[in-house]
Amino acid sequence: MTRILLMGNPNVGKSALFSRLTGVQAIVSNYPGTTISYTRGYMKLGEETAEVIDVPGTYTLEPTSEAEEIALRLLESGDIVINVANAINLERNLYLTLQLLERGIPVVVALNLWDDTKHRGVDIDLDKLRELLGVPVIPTVAITGQGIKELAENIPRATSPHQPPATRDERWANIGQIIEQVQRIHHRHHTWRERLEDASVSPFSGGIIALAILAASFFVIRFIGEGLINYVLDPLFNTLWAPVVLKLSQLMGGSGLLHDIIIGKLIGGEIDFVQSFGLLTSGLYVPLGVVLPYIVSFYLVLGILEDTGYLPRLAVLMDTILHRLGLHGYAIIPNLLGLGCNVPAILSTRILESKRERFIAATLISIAVPCAALQAMIFGLVGARGLGYVAIVYGTLFIVWIILGLILNRTVKGFSPELLIEIPPYRLPPWRMVLQKLWFRTYGFLAEAIPIILGAILVVNVLYILGVFDAIANFTAPVVTGLLGLPKEAVTALVIGFLRKDVALGMLAPLALTSGQLVVGSVVLAMLFPCIATFVVMFRELGVVNMLKAVGVMIVAALVTGGILNLIL
Amino acid sequence: MRRQMHGFGGRFKDNKPEADLVTLVQLKSGQSGTVVDIQGGRRMTDRLNALGIIPGKKITKTSAMLMRGPVTIEVDRVGVAIGFGMASKVTVRPGRVP
Repeated sequence: MTRILLMGNPNVGKSALFSRLTGVQAIVSNYPGTTISYTRGYMKLGEETAEVIDVPGTYTLEPTSEAEEIALRLLESGDIVINVANAINLERNLYLTLQLLERGIPVVVALNLWDDTKHRGVDIDLDKLRELLGVPVIPTVAITGQGIKELAENIPRATSPHQPPATRDERWANIGQIIEQVQRIHHRHHTWRERLEDASVSPFSGGIIALAILAASFFVIRFIGEGLINYVLDPLFNTLWAPVVLKLSQLMGGSGLLHDIIIGKLIGGEIDFVQSFGLLTSGLYVPLGVVLPYIVSFYLVLGILEDTGYLPRLAVLMDTILHRLGLHGYAIIPNLLGLGCNVPAILSTRILESKRERFIAATLISIAVPCAALQAMIFGLVGARGLGYVAIVYGTLFIVWIILGLILNRTVKGFSPELLIEIPPYRLPPWRMVLQKLWFRTYGFLAEAIPIILGAILVVNVLYILGVFDAIANFTAPVVTGLLGLPKEAVTALVIGFLRKDVALGMLAPLALTSGQLVVGSVVLAMLFPCIATFVVMFRELGVVNMLKAVGVMIVAALVTGGILNLIL
Repeated sequence: MRRQMHGFGGRFKDNKPEADLVTLVQLKSGQSGTVVDIQGGRRMTDRLNALGIIPGKKITKTSAMLMRGPVTIEVDRVGVAIGFGMASKVTVRPGRVP
């Protein structure tokens, strides 16, 4: 089968183009490094079906990061390259184009973001460019679909003009000559958008804008999340689902082994969706009634932030702080993603250049960045005791994030390179894309989390019945009770945290904890053992030795923090 | 420190003293200039090269963060943020961009 590679500089719209060509949904954002692994899809090429691969962005075929190395390896296996170039910045994009032409692989150039050229005052002579490069050049606007049909028709016309290998200086000289012949720049005055762009990377106004955006994001996430819970999901569960389950409970006789697994325990003769802990009660309520609303609201806001192009600017503002933690500003993106789910967050540490940075970032995320599922439960359970307690949980995790980063920066060997990133222009988020991405991520949560949550609840009930938890509880009582000040049964929650953190936190609900104990429990649960999915991704991304190191740091940090909190509270 | 000129740098035929040259860190926000030299290792020049920052390139400084924070510049209509240490190794000849 013919294999077509979509290659180009970061953030030129390869993923958007990929979705257009194949109909396969890929995550699209407005920051360099959105795609860190590759996505595969298929398209019709005449009579034949061709494979299309969305390759991570690369500036050059002399790789400077892991994502670029992946791109280079993929290139060896491709038959045709669609070189996606940013029409606004032809100079730099042509560098990769020339390198591809030197490779002798057939190339067709998609000049994307073509609609931007007019109002950015860029004039490109397409015919001249085609002549000079010797390959088809098609103007496209991936987000609206303009030029896609023409691009698809031109794929079979991809050719290789067999450029002789050149040195870096020769390539730049060549680009200089091409640009001189094909591109005219008209001078324009600054637009309000450019003023806003400048203001958001200035020390003073940028700081204010960042605070405003983060505060607004927090309130919107909470407003939508709580709104969905209070006005949609709680009424659904309480008025529609509770009577059904209660009826079923009566049919099953109100108790017994099977009853305890499927319905759980009745609390005062009623269903309690958090405490009952059966498959049809907590098993559905935790993922759908508590976590889903926050998944939707978090990923909606994150999607908008991603698509406007704000995140790289936040990276610039955070650079000085993150340097103290052994990272650079761009590490703010994996950390923010971690507030949704730690798994894609740790994958996205691939945008960082060195092994050291990746280790520090992955360790910090897995320990001190709580995922949306856990946060939803924290708001639900701890929030019921007062928002002050929620603030203590977040404040503690933030302090841990800082202190741990400072320590890791001093102790982990190696060096961390400096920030060097492209800052994309601001763009109004394309709403269709924002909603598609939201659906993509929500569906991912539903498909992956619900089976594990149900499985976790099944395991919990079976282990309870077998009396395994009592044995563990007695064994670990010195640490759990002595150090953390929690009842010894709380250890079951810590163990189940390995499967799902949201379920685990739910297990603390029936233990009649004081507010202080609940805070300790939440913090320790957040820090100790990442869920199994995070474990797997850490193992794959860091290797077994570094994963074990991270786990060591994790256990010490969680117990020390929990112990200190227990003394204070 | 000898002034080195690579690539397009050779076209600047003047005899002004080196005092004219500044680093990206010293260049004022809003000011434009031409990159003259990058005094860094191979890795650093490679990364800057990938973003089109090469001797002879005209740039405009947008802003600089406080406390040795990154410098942001505009190169060929695209914004680029450069860490402080790296920015202090990029030598620029200040001047207006037409």
